[in-house]
Amino acid sequence: MVGLSVDLGGLKMSTPVATASGTFGYGFEYVGAVDFSKLGAVTAKGIRLDPWPGNAMPRHCEVFGGLVNAIGLQGTGIGHFLDITVPHYMEAVKDAPPMIVNIWGGSVEEYAEVARLLTEAASSGGRSVIGAIECNVSCPNVKEGGHTFGQDPEVLRRLVAAVREKTTLPLIVKLAPNVPDVRPYVKACEYGGADALSMINTIPAMVIDVERRRPVLANRSGGLSGRCVHPVAVKLVYDAHKATDLPILAMGGVYEPADAIELMLAGATAVAVGTATFTDPSTAARVCDGIAEYCERHGFASVSELTGALEA
Amino acid sequence: MGAGYRRLVLDSPELAAELVPGQFVHVRVPSLEPSALRRPFSVFDAADGRVYILYKTVGRGTLALNQAKPGETVCVMGPLGRGFPVKCEGIALLVGGGYGVAPLHFLARALKASGHDAVEVFIGGRTKADLLAVDRFRALGVGVHLATNDGSEGVKGLVTDPLDDELVRIREKGGRFELFACGPDPMLRAVAMRATGTGSRGWISMDRHMICGVGACYACIQKTVRGNSRCCVEGPVFRAEDLLWE
Repeated sequence: MVGLSVDLGGLKMSTPVATASGTFGYGFEYVGAVDFSKLGAVTAKGIRLDPWPGNAMPRHCEVFGGLVNAIGLQGTGIGHFLDITVPHYMEAVKDAPPMIVNIWGGSVEEYAEVARLLTEAASSGGRSVIGAIECNVSCPNVKEGGHTFGQDPEVLRRLVAAVREKTTLPLIVKLAPNVPDVRPYVKACEYGGADALSMINTIPAMVIDVERRRPVLANRSGGLSGRCVHPVAVKLVYDAHKATDLPILAMGGVYEPADAIELMLAGATAVAVGTATFTDPSTAARVCDGIAEYCERHGFASVSELTGALEA
Repeated sequence: MGAGYRRLVLDSPELAAELVPGQFVHVRVPSLEPSALRRPFSVFDAADGRVYILYKTVGRGTLALNQAKPGETVCVMGPLGRGFPVKCEGIALLVGGGYGVAPLHFLARALKASGHDAVEVFIGGRTKADLLAVDRFRALGVGVHLATNDGSEGVKGLVTDPLDDELVRIREKGGRFELFACGPDPMLRAVAMRATGTGSRGWISMDRHMICGVGACYACIQKTVRGNSRCCVEGPVFRAEDLLWE
């Protein structure tokens, strides 16, 4: 029997497989189509202090091997999230896996305040299912928020430190893939007091309708995800893992167990399934079973032995 | 059927039993690459353990779906979304454009089966080849009104032309009606305007590209009085007065 549990910077996961933010709503939408017992965590869609309408339509475009989206972080705000969404998740999902709450904001203060409210709710507000915070500093689709904090290591360090001050929850920072070298950002998270990293966010991308000579997306550009981004994720996880001891939650084109195993060998402690869920909601469960089967076949007693187990 | 319209019949007793008119199914197209997104389809009919889908070949997904072989297994999620109410005060006026008639056929049959006899359908298209399922509606005993842009069949003009004639007749008699519509956006907007503020209800089915189909991704947005609503779970059928048009 292979040990499936992992510790992601203090977040205890019963399996090494989570869902990725923005692809799994608020955890309850896929009830009936997903085996939640195979999920070590679910990640909620990005939340900020106040409601946010998101971008105009069209918000997505399929490309070969992937998906370009510019949803724009539509959400109801932290109040509704804590009062309605989280209780609904706990009620709708039997033995609900811990929820990683993805947060974003227009200022350092906003991130910190959202983190404070989540921490308070998790410890005293009957919302113990809230297991971790994932700081989104890399969404390519919202101009005023997120992205700007992930493009300068010193700005990033200050943001992480400010959030750290307000939370005792495991703090994960989700990094951008589109930087010349990921290591200064990894170090900034470490110095700021992060407990873990997650990578990769979508890659800035654009699709043009040649007949109309216009961008397909109303936001003009968006973020690329899906099968085609997987090798990019492997390389970034590999680089980050060599630079830090922080555990890594890796996502990017996980469709098959081998995709997840690659990311773990490169240095990930856990993986998240994102865009693949849209096509096949059973992907995460299938990946979980496949990782266990691989460990058995290769003589690993625990999935945690896979982390960074790359030869040479 | 001409003009790139196709019919897909799914053998699925569970799905057929659960579907209500106006709901949709999310199909994994077998001959596309395995990572391809699902494609949403409305349902033309569901009966005797079978689900009937009427679609138009419009892009890569539907082109690939045309390659499906009889007897092939297709992965389908459903039933999804909010459908039409299968009840109506007064005359049920069904308005469809192109393949938008698909869910209206299912609705017409369900209304008839529930004992609601007063059903009139208005079908519009660019040309005669775009008027779909006309005989099927007639076989249900539904009053059929046709319009084409080029006048090749029925009234020359828009589907709202025969609809407006009917609305005048109903109002003269002091009758009541409800509108049910599915088709291209300009047609839906025109139908919605004829329902809002008149004391009559209108039910509008929006056609949007979707990703997840279950409310998780927020890609299929329609502006409504409640904000940016997801067509896949808050629709695809909306109350006419809730819709906001750009």
